[in-house]
Amino acid sequence: MNYVLLAGAALTTLVVSLLVGPANVPLGDVLASPIVWQLRLPRAVLAFLVGGALGVSGVGLQALVRNPLADPFLLGLSGGAGLGAVVAIALHLPGPWALPLAAFVGAVGAMALVYRLGLMGGAELDPRILLLGGVAVGAFAAAVTTALVSLAEATELRNAFLWLWGGFSGASWTTVLVFLVYAPLPLVVLAALARPLDLLVLGEEPAQYLGADVRRLKRLVYLSASLLTAAAVAVAGVIGFVGLIVPHVCRLLWGRLHRTLFPTAFLTGGILLAAADTLARTVVAPRELPVGIVTALVGVPLFGFLLRRWTVS
Amino acid sequence: MDRELIVAVGDLTCRYAGAPRDALRGVSLDVRAGEFHALLGPNGSGKTTLLRAALGLVRPVAGRAEILGRPAGEWSRRDLARVVGVVPQREENLFPQRVHETVLLGRYPHLSLFGGVRAADGAAVERALIACDAVDLADRWLWTLSGGEYQRVRLARALAQEPRLLVLDEPTTSLDLRHEMELFELVRDLVDGQGLAALMITHHVNLAARFADQVLILAEGRAVARGAPADVLTRETVERVFSWPVAIEPFDGRPQMIPLRRHPS
Repeated sequence: MNYVLLAGAALTTLVVSLLVGPANVPLGDVLASPIVWQLRLPRAVLAFLVGGALGVSGVGLQALVRNPLADPFLLGLSGGAGLGAVVAIALHLPGPWALPLAAFVGAVGAMALVYRLGLMGGAELDPRILLLGGVAVGAFAAAVTTALVSLAEATELRNAFLWLWGGFSGASWTTVLVFLVYAPLPLVVLAALARPLDLLVLGEEPAQYLGADVRRLKRLVYLSASLLTAAAVAVAGVIGFVGLIVPHVCRLLWGRLHRTLFPTAFLTGGILLAAADTLARTVVAPRELPVGIVTALVGVPLFGFLLRRWTVS
Repeated sequence: MDRELIVAVGDLTCRYAGAPRDALRGVSLDVRAGEFHALLGPNGSGKTTLLRAALGLVRPVAGRAEILGRPAGEWSRRDLARVVGVVPQREENLFPQRVHETVLLGRYPHLSLFGGVRAADGAAVERALIACDAVDLADRWLWTLSGGEYQRVRLARALAQEPRLLVLDEPTTSLDLRHEMELFELVRDLVDGQGLAALMITHHVNLAARFADQVLILAEGRAVARGAPADVLTRETVERVFSWPVAIEPFDGRPQMIPLRRHPS
């Protein structure tokens, strides 16, 4: 029932995003229009997939660090990705894939660094150090990024700045395909960890007594969630709040078990981001807002509301 | 006695990385099916470490810790969770959940990777709730429970694992008299009625003496005394271990401890 509802909402969002846009496509021509097939549809699909990936990643990371305020980008990934992208822009790296690849490399580099920090205390990944290390690595990368941006020329600066706030204007069927090939593996790994994640929320020692291999669990969750986020950031830039809000919304609506949380978070994240992107490219048409601005503008008030509910109950 | 040996700890020595002294030193403990063991000792005497080492979470420096004849460290967590149910001292409740969901967590070691909850799992949850007199609580939110109800629910979760051994780490701390007695009675009933083995860490010398078959007293990581309550809980031992003057009086065939005033009036 829930899934039928969510699937219906997802479909509606996608259809609406095909129908609206700065170019006026008459309703009768929608199925034949190259604007719809080559621009709007891949863009909507990519936004949906990225939103879903961020939602799932957020669910996994909040359970891992046992902190309801965790966000996929809190662990330093956005800083690393931003640095990678700005370096690519500053060096004028050629080709359409230079920017996403550089962002991906930056995100994975930050992930590796934070992971290494998390293991400092021994063989066990320490979630508290992951959080602190993530914030520190992110701040450091942001400082270097800002230094580079401040030395850049005006047009470059604008490009870099806009990229950091995320957007899907570069979406094509190729990016959709790359994402579709890449994302299933971390998604399946996370889905397989749904049950032990329910246990991990109780704490590491209780989880072990209930049969979870906590050491392996933490590593797999961190790596899969981070790799998902890194892919999202590579194709769409840094889009905040989806990974933070979506898990909370799903928990409030459908309970705390990860077997329902993962699929509902994927669908809800997809719907949210596809809708946000539709707004981003229509409200100030023919110009575009970075989609991260829309998610933040919608997400922050929503988050305030959730926080209030949280502290009241 | 030919009851099955479930926990076999022999001459166990443990030390945490960087610690100046051993957390445990040459401790032995055998727990068999149908036995209720109490683990006594002052704070920091190594009780929880013994429990962790016996369950394979702390690797011993020397000695052995075996569950059903197999070294504790060699068990997978999942297999061990089908044999041993633990009520840990504390756990986190980050996100709200209902009682029946919590008890169902005890079935996790029995569920397959992607498979659903089977009828047998539902039945085990039901039996566990009945055994702990918690059927009426099933639909309540965890955070609305009283301390005594909460501990019964956590015990039900451990029972839903269908274990051979129950381990409880200070389960009655902060419970009032009735709830404390109810929990001890419940554990005793499970041991007598279902042939479970139980190992309980507690600070309650008198209740340990009343309910347990065997008592192990630890102090500074060493076993001070081990055996039936009447043999172990002597005035000399209790005074030495807990550093306080006491009197020991028999009641119902079991020793009971009365703490003395430092300056008798």
